[in-house]
Amino acid sequence: MGLLDMIGPVMIGPSSSHTAGAARIAWLARKIFAAEPERAEFGLHGSFAETGEGHGTKKALLAGVLALAPDDPRIKEAERLAEEAGLAYAFREVELGDVHPNTVRIVLENAEERAVIYGSSLGGGVVKIWRIDHFEAHVTGAAPTLLVKHVDTPGVIARVARVLADDEVNIAYLTSSRDKKGGEALMSIEMDRPLAEIPLAYLNHLPYVLWARAIPPLPEAKPG
Amino acid sequence: MNFADLAKVPGPASEWVLREELEETGLERGFVLEVMRDRLRVMREAIERGLQSDAPSVAGMVGWNAKTLWEAEDPLRAPLLKRVQAYAMAVNEENARMGKIVAAPTAGSAGTVPGALFGVADHLGLPDERLVMPLVLAGGVAKIISRQVYIAGASGGCQNEIGSSAAMAAAAVTELLGGSPEASVHAAALALQNTLGLVCDPVGGYVEVPCVMRNGFFSVHAVSAAQQALAGVRSFIPPDEVVLAMAKIGRLLPPELKETGRGGLACTPTARRTVARLGGTPPDCDDPPDGG
Ligand code: SF4
Repeated sequence: MGLLDMIGPVMIGPSSSHTAGAARIAWLARKIFAAEPERAEFGLHGSFAETGEGHGTKKALLAGVLALAPDDPRIKEAERLAEEAGLAYAFREVELGDVHPNTVRIVLENAEERAVIYGSSLGGGVVKIWRIDHFEAHVTGAAPTLLVKHVDTPGVIARVARVLADDEVNIAYLTSSRDKKGGEALMSIEMDRPLAEIPLAYLNHLPYVLWARAIPPLPEAKPG
Repeated sequence: MNFADLAKVPGPASEWVLREELEETGLERGFVLEVMRDRLRVMREAIERGLQSDAPSVAGMVGWNAKTLWEAEDPLRAPLLKRVQAYAMAVNEENARMGKIVAAPTAGSAGTVPGALFGVADHLGLPDERLVMPLVLAGGVAKIISRQVYIAGASGGCQNEIGSSAAMAAAAVTELLGGSPEASVHAAALALQNTLGLVCDPVGGYVEVPCVMRNGFFSVHAVSAAQQALAGVRSFIPPDEVVLAMAKIGRLLPPELKETGRGGLACTPTARRTVARLGGTPPDCDDPPDGG
């Protein structure tokens, strides 16, 4: 951990895991959904459900889904902003089994799309999205991440890796998960720098790629 | 670098912390300093908002204490004492009402470093720019501690959070006032060894009670440590050994006293009633919630 983690992050209180972490998970969920949601449902598990209202967890989740940065002071007005944005939302307590105690299941929907996103707040504001729909995923917001949903056919991973290599993007972490052989699969690729727009568009063009989305790193408080 | 290395560097300790950081991360010096300036601005704004506001916190247990103290008469005639604690409490009350703060090193302990640094600087009329390098040193102290313990109440109790923030603040204030690297390191060690065993028992698991006032108390504690170290007082136990002792105590503390909200103050009847009122699940404790 570096100096900037010790004197930082700049965040909205009160709790790095229950507030900042929640805001970050929801912010990433909104980027993964990549569209304006009309409905959001939050399933709170474990200590996210048990601690009640005192951490502002619900406001933080709602704010993240509204694309408010994790250090945006308007997080505390999230309910009003959701109403203004016409976002319908609901919170439920859920039991997700043997997962991290600070976990949320976020369902985002609009007329065209629906996504079910699972994320956990691991402490100190560190978060991880570990499941998207029925695929294992890996999005932490620590580095630019590429998500590729594709048909499970031979050679896709090599092909995608090749596109990244041609753009001179180094892969820091790659994980892939599929529902069944020959079905659909999701690749999560953490990169040292974001993929340029043209190679991203190219990936989206490939017949066996259902979609490829660039998830930016979490916004850090920029100096000045 | 550990504390023993840092104590021996020639010239300001913060400079060596910064150099090490630049080597490890490849970041530009100017960038890191600009981020530090920005963090100081956020701290300053949190202090200002916090001193003026008496709006209750999210869980409603705090929110008016910094302003109450700040605006009260001072029968002790100890303006530094009052300023340091009021500043620290102001930051943590802002935190508790979902305001913008800098985790330093955590949100729960966010007030200690700004309370001590800005409190002393304002008391002496020093400009904020003078706080940039001391803040770097504060971060360096946290880095050294974090190599031995995970800085979170859930990991080793409040000694890990408030103890670390007090050690950071003590070293920073010492350097601000011209103390040597050795003096700064010993200020950190003196502050740290006198927070050992501090438990994390926040009511409802919320970062309000005892956290807000605790930041006030331990920012003063940090200034005391700096005063001792600047005068030449040294820690008998070498600073790195103090950190190891802290890590051991953290492992010995029972889970009830590590941020679970299931022990200590969090298990008092009033705490349990408060949790129930807020829609949380009150902890199971040995005695009934109404004391009989
Ligand atoms: S009591 Fe616990 S939550 Fe409060 S400041 Fe200390 S470590 Fe943080």
